[in-house]
Amino acid sequence: MRTMAIVRRVFKQMLRDKRTLALMFLAPLLIMTLMYFLFQNNTTQVASLGVHHVDQSVVNVIDTKNVTIHHYDSSQARKMIKQHDLDGYLTQKNGQLTITYSNSNPTNTFLIKASLQSGLVKLKMKTLVTVTKKQRAALESQQAALKKLTAAQTQATVTKLKTAIAQAQARGDQATAEKLQKQLKQATATTSSSTQSAKATSYTTKSHYIYGSSDSTFFENFLPAFLGFFVFFFVFLISGVSLLNERTTGTLSRLLATPIRRSEIIMGYLIGYGGFAIIQTVLTVVFTITVFKIHLVGSIWLVFLTNLLLALVALTLGIFISTFANSEFQMIQFIPLIVVPQIFFAGLVPVDGMASWLQAIAHIMPLYYGANALTAVVTKGAGLGDIGVNLLILVGFMVVLTMLNIVGMKRYRKV
Amino acid sequence: MATDYVIAKQVRKHFGHQQVLNQIDLTLPAGMIYGLIGPSGAGKTTLIKSILGMEAVDSGTVKVMDTVMPNRAVMAQVGYMAQSDALYETLTARENLTLFGQLMSVPKIKLAQMIDYAAGLVDLTSQLDKRVSGYSGGMKRRLSLAIALIQDPQLLILDEPTVGIDPELRQQIWTELNKLKDTGKSMLVTTHVMDEAERCDYLMLIRHGIALAEGTPAALKQQYAVDTIEQVFLKAGRMQDANDGNR
Ligand SMILES: Nc1ncnc2c1ncn2[C@@H]1O[C@H](COP(=O)(O)OP(=O)(O)OP(=O)(O)O)[C@@H](O)[C@H]1O
Ligand SMILES: [Mg+2]
Repeated sequence: MRTMAIVRRVFKQMLRDKRTLALMFLAPLLIMTLMYFLFQNNTTQVASLGVHHVDQSVVNVIDTKNVTIHHYDSSQARKMIKQHDLDGYLTQKNGQLTITYSNSNPTNTFLIKASLQSGLVKLKMKTLVTVTKKQRAALESQQAALKKLTAAQTQATVTKLKTAIAQAQARGDQATAEKLQKQLKQATATTSSSTQSAKATSYTTKSHYIYGSSDSTFFENFLPAFLGFFVFFFVFLISGVSLLNERTTGTLSRLLATPIRRSEIIMGYLIGYGGFAIIQTVLTVVFTITVFKIHLVGSIWLVFLTNLLLALVALTLGIFISTFANSEFQMIQFIPLIVVPQIFFAGLVPVDGMASWLQAIAHIMPLYYGANALTAVVTKGAGLGDIGVNLLILVGFMVVLTMLNIVGMKRYRKV
Repeated sequence: MATDYVIAKQVRKHFGHQQVLNQIDLTLPAGMIYGLIGPSGAGKTTLIKSILGMEAVDSGTVKVMDTVMPNRAVMAQVGYMAQSDALYETLTARENLTLFGQLMSVPKIKLAQMIDYAAGLVDLTSQLDKRVSGYSGGMKRRLSLAIALIQDPQLLILDEPTVGIDPELRQQIWTELNKLKDTGKSMLVTTHVMDEAERCDYLMLIRHGIALAEGTPAALKQQYAVDTIEQVFLKAGRMQDANDGNR
């Protein structure tokens, strides 16, 4: 009953604060839209690639709208790149492809890298359709070429490989796909890049993709992590500042001069701001899925649930942190300390490849668990069983922080 | 109704090196207006908060309604008005009153009636649906008083209730407080206004955390052989300083 009185108050206050409402509901959409165009827009950029003596089948698959192919008669990559102002130069000796990047423009380097790799995968998939020994041999040579290239692979393209494998699976070519997966794993495992070996483990995850698009983008890969981050960030900020306001205006100690339980105040906050967090999540998720046509492999309810838990952790953390701030300005100072570092552990950089002390830090970051779960649900279709542990850890964070908050309020009333 | 609403015994409280309350005894029976006077920083607010259980005392005991404080449930029987207004500025006065009414467990059917009563008492009826952010200082003060009255408590603890309130309304409020007293309610009031002190049934003068003098206004004037409470205030202070100087 008293909890509901607090909830009603929180709702009324929020609904009257139009600016904060707009911040909470529109800002994530705005940033998402910006990010969408930012990461999609490199489609208008075209990289020039010189090729020398490369199989036509390979050239065909590399030749995308982002890469223009020029044929040359020299195998001297360095010279040709300088002479013709190319972004890259590809040569072939037997089954071995060698690529040289000018690397004066990293975006163009990335474009070539991406189309080369996705092209090779496409090629491999083609050969997989009818499995013969001969084709297998061809595949292995491609595999070897791929192996060479994986050292420089980016995470985005790895995901593309996975997607392509899934394509085969979707076509029902299960046995081959699995075999290929193993090969992929071996290939990446031998590379020295720690990022790659870290990522290799994820190949073993069962992925039943129905998702067919082979041009999944940077945006799609990191979207789940950002979904979690926005909810976390805004809920942290808004709940922290509003409790801080209660403290500095004296209403908190005035509330505690009534028979209300300390836990009832915290619960009121959880329910009140949790409600707004749900609306924010639903709005953001539905917006990204419908407007950007993001394919959601798993259940949307799991996305909501994970985000809600993340929001509740952010809420309790915001309330907790606000006790260490004496003004709104001081509250803002905690953002670079507490909130921003979380994004680094949300999957943008694979955590498994980090130094062990960094991994330890990752494991005390709520967003690490939340974003992992979200990514698994959105891109791999993970079920409740797969992300259950992550969700439980989030609940754990929430419970511990709630307790701390309830005890912390003893400062204002002894019972 | 011969019960004592508040019994504080030997209350001590310090902040850092400063002894803010030094062995204060206070007994507030039913049907009395008890005034706390004393210079700024004397410890009046600290005493009130100790009685409410919002400050932990170092030693001594406080009982409110025969219950040892701090106690959460007893809070429902105490109407408290803090020295500084603690109101939700984005809400209207009615919403503030409703919130605190609900927290004080005022039954739903009685709530609207109690809001009208409390608002009427402080002359805010016409402004009830205005947001508090648009209130003047005195209006906020009156709303705080109305909130203290919302659950019709037996005991009112009012920390400088009439600061910023005009003389006419101040008269009205004191008349009302006296009416409440006649129904058996008690009030513990701090004030810096000496004519308000004169209206109290019983006074305690606190200075440097020590209860310098207490008694009915008439008895205090007699004891210090002066004509007004103001003179009692000044004379007692001078005597305390002289004593401290001798030590
Ligand atoms: N939270 C606190 N921390 C440290 N010192 C405090 C605290 N609260 C009060 N004090 C000190 O205790 C003393 C008594 O303060 P208190 O608020 O009780 O005075 P008061 O009699 O109500 O004064 P006023 O008439 O100005 O309201 C003051 O000297 C004040 O500095
Ligand atoms: Mg005071």
